[in-house]
Amino acid sequence: MLKIDNLHARVDDKDILKGLNLAIKPGEVHAIMGPNGSGKSTLGHVLAGRPGYAVTAGSATLLGQDILDMETEERAHLGLFLAYQYPVEIPGVSNMEFLKASVDAVREARGQEAISSVDFMKQARECCKTVDLDQSFLKRGVNEGFSGGEKKRNELMQMMLLEPKLCIMDETDSGLDIDALQVVANGVNAMRNAERSFILVTHYQRLLNYIEPDYVHVLAGGRIIKSGDKSLALELEEKGYAWLEDAA
Amino acid sequence: MTDFMQQPLTVAAETAPAWLAQVLERGRQQWRDSALPNRKTEAWKYNNLQALQQPFVAVDRHAAPQLGNIRYPQLPGSTLVFADGLYREELSKIDLPAGARLLRFSEADEASAAHIAERLGSAINRSQHRFAALNEATLTDGVFLQVDANTVLEQPVHLVWLTSGQMEAVSVNQRLLVQLGANSQASVVETFSNANTGGTAFTNGISELLLGEGARLDHYRLQLEQGESAHIGGVHAAIDANSTLNSFHLALGSRLKRIDLVVEHRGQGAHCELNGIYLPRGEEQVDYHTCIEHAVPHCTSSETFRGIVSDEACAIFNGRIHIHPNAQKTRAELSNKNLLTSNRAEVNTKPELEIYADDVQCAHGATVAQMDPLTLHYLRTRGVPKDEAEVMISYGFINELVDGVRNKALRDYLKPLLARRFARNDKLTRHILEEESLEQESLEGGHE
Ligand SMILES: Nc1ncnc2c1ncn2[C@@H]1O[C@H](COP(=O)(O)OP(=O)(O)OP(=O)(O)O)[C@@H](O)[C@H]1O
Ligand SMILES: [Mg+2]
Repeated sequence: MLKIDNLHARVDDKDILKGLNLAIKPGEVHAIMGPNGSGKSTLGHVLAGRPGYAVTAGSATLLGQDILDMETEERAHLGLFLAYQYPVEIPGVSNMEFLKASVDAVREARGQEAISSVDFMKQARECCKTVDLDQSFLKRGVNEGFSGGEKKRNELMQMMLLEPKLCIMDETDSGLDIDALQVVANGVNAMRNAERSFILVTHYQRLLNYIEPDYVHVLAGGRIIKSGDKSLALELEEKGYAWLEDAA
Repeated sequence: MTDFMQQPLTVAAETAPAWLAQVLERGRQQWRDSALPNRKTEAWKYNNLQALQQPFVAVDRHAAPQLGNIRYPQLPGSTLVFADGLYREELSKIDLPAGARLLRFSEADEASAAHIAERLGSAINRSQHRFAALNEATLTDGVFLQVDANTVLEQPVHLVWLTSGQMEAVSVNQRLLVQLGANSQASVVETFSNANTGGTAFTNGISELLLGEGARLDHYRLQLEQGESAHIGGVHAAIDANSTLNSFHLALGSRLKRIDLVVEHRGQGAHCELNGIYLPRGEEQVDYHTCIEHAVPHCTSSETFRGIVSDEACAIFNGRIHIHPNAQKTRAELSNKNLLTSNRAEVNTKPELEIYADDVQCAHGATVAQMDPLTLHYLRTRGVPKDEAEVMISYGFINELVDGVRNKALRDYLKPLLARRFARNDKLTRHILEEESLEQESLEGGHE
């Protein structure tokens, strides 16, 4: 699914990723944990092609294709989805218009049949229910004035409608209340299948009780410094990161 | 005074109805006594008046210029169409309930003429508005809408002023006087449009809105002229106690547009909402100078203007709020936001507050920004192509104001017109335009 080799990247002349390696097979769920500022969000942004994030060495392929030279939208068409840690507000563009434009663009690029407004709205309404957002959110400006948790649910809704191959969820669990955490976990679990992979960036072991990862990695100083199974998350919860960083 | 208007001044003096003679004379004097503004005139310092450096002529009264397919909205209710300043009966219709009158100055009988003459210009400070003086000096015809007390017009009254572009350097005079009686209600749409090819025209348009106590007017002034045309003019409103004026403005760019909007609150409890959108591109210029005169206590005003300025275009916005010494408990808001879609685009925005009363609430803000790269990127991470994302963001910037247009037929006309303004092809606007049908779908489907 995803193969990252020796990835180096800088933001505004500051080196952030410093030789990151990661390989994800179809159907797998990988959790990435690590201290603040270690480069977790940067990894997501680099993979999504955010302006200002420059790759200085290394490679990344998604489904066998080099994505680093692709336009951002082409990466999305191929199947990359990044749920933002800080979703962006777009006043004046309704959520509905935004979602339909996204779905149409992605379907068209994937050679799928166009979806009618009736079918689209049916799906959108169902997704609203799944993520427990009132349907009035479809009419509001994208993330405009949404609470932190509502923004995260909106990200999840987009992910459900776009049917990506690789979902990168950057701290989708932060800022969620306990019930919402369950809602998000259910949404993700329902999407899990043999062809779809997930990267869950999180600070909390708790999320991993709801969504069981196949692997847990620690990202520190711009590299993956330790990988293990889900028991690693429990160990981190207990000991923090210092013992690993010292060793690395 | 310069003589670029010499011919229209002479023609007007010869052809205007006799009862307008005094109006013309006071206009002529005021115009003659004032110098044409230039870069040193504070209120005109950003305007490029190059477009006026040629002599203009009024069209022959018997001309019937071809209109081709000049666009303007088709609305229910009454419509009066003027082309190059001349009335076009075959394109007009009058459909008014009892208690309302719509007539041209040129057809006014003695009583109406006296009634109009008494009120015409009563909302205008001619010494501050030279081009309003010019308007009176070149006046030969105009439109008068009168709505009696307690009368409600369900359908809009649409005044359409077209320039055909069939001659060079045509001067067009436009004048409207609206008088709403106490507790009456009406909706007035003014559309200015032209053929997008052809000769230059200079339109000097002045509309006056007089709202009686408790009256309510929804007013729209659409400046759709493009290309080489120039327009200098504006709207002067005087609103009495407890009346409400909602005034919406749109200006596509052209060589020169300078629009002055003046609202004077004359009675307590009056409210005015002034909204506008301007969209110059290429080398066009648009200038809105607004002025809210809070002359009495307990009034409110709310003003929102948004501009999107592209290419090498220039926009000017000046929002003056003048709160007079006794206008206590005034609440006034002003917001002006500008989006620049090119490095060479220019905006000069200036809120101008003059507050002489102490117990008032007054909020204002102006911003100028380029398209946010992160917003654009976010849309692209969802697969939306860059060109469509840019169109969505641009339209999103003015969407709120378009949605605020109460007249549905007008909103339906403006939405595609504005969305397409930002797009090279229809594929890029389809999701903006589909939104309403999705919303409809969500309403119907939501109740399964
Ligand atoms: N524009 C920038 N200029 C300089 N440094 C930047 C810029 N953007 C990000 N950084 C730095 O890059 C580092 C990595 O940031 P990143 O957001 O990837 O961290 P993170 O691991 O996601 O942290 P958190 O757990 O707090 O979300 C941080 O030290 C951050 O300050
Ligand atoms: Mg982060």
